[in-house]
Amino acid sequence: MNLALQTTVRSICLWAVLTLCMLASIHGVFLDAPRERVMGDVQRIFYFHFPAALGSFLAFAVVCFAGVSYLCTRQRRWDHLGRASAEVGVLFCTIVLVSGPLWAKSAWGTWWTWEARLTTMLVLWLLYISYLMIGLYTDSREQRARAAAVVGIVAFLDVPIVYFSVKWWRGHHPIILGRGGEGGLSPEMWPVVWICLVTFLLLYGILVGLRMSLARAEDIVLDMEEHLQN
Amino acid sequence: MSLNLLFWAYTLIWILLAGYLGLLGLRQQALTRRVDRLRARLGSQTAGKQEPS
Repeated sequence: MNLALQTTVRSICLWAVLTLCMLASIHGVFLDAPRERVMGDVQRIFYFHFPAALGSFLAFAVVCFAGVSYLCTRQRRWDHLGRASAEVGVLFCTIVLVSGPLWAKSAWGTWWTWEARLTTMLVLWLLYISYLMIGLYTDSREQRARAAAVVGIVAFLDVPIVYFSVKWWRGHHPIILGRGGEGGLSPEMWPVVWICLVTFLLLYGILVGLRMSLARAEDIVLDMEEHLQN
Repeated sequence: MSLNLLFWAYTLIWILLAGYLGLLGLRQQALTRRVDRLRARLGSQTAGKQEPS
């Protein structure tokens, strides 16, 4: 089997598995998961909100790792990985920031409140938007990659702050992981949470793979354009 | 109210995911056009070099 055919078959298989996982997640969220006693059906937003938040933390951890690796080795593939992961992380972070207020409107009676978890998450989103905008202000690829690596490492400092914000500054946001949180889930809810987590992990992997191959191709085209100009 | 918010949450999530995939598709198309332009330029340069002086 040649390489192109292998790649096509692999990507078709991955998309098929993702579709199955997504269907299983939707089935779990709307049909299997029990109705929450206090919040009712609106609590079902949580099943995509929580995996998207964890997915964005993972994505930003990968950006930080790629940044360190780029600064140590100066290999472009780390820059491609960092950019790809940051984009998907921002997408997941946007899902969190969009779905959260819809839940909050029902649970707290307001779309938004400047409490610790929400504010630090918004700051995280803005930090990685700025990471993605670095490329717009410089023509040099080396300079851009170096600056992006540094910003990616520094911005990651906000991730533990977001995670521990509910413990450090007790706000309204439910504590999902750890003991004693009023937002702790009943045991029947966890299988659905796990299915959604696996789905988001797979989605993250596929999107980063797609974005990385695009970044690689863009780099090759840029190299060829520069070569033709000289 | 509760079901309405649930509906909008999942609708917006799907719109965001589809939007990102659409954006990747547009970038892919733009890249394909750049490759075609490069091919045309390379073709004309090669033809120029092969012409007898």
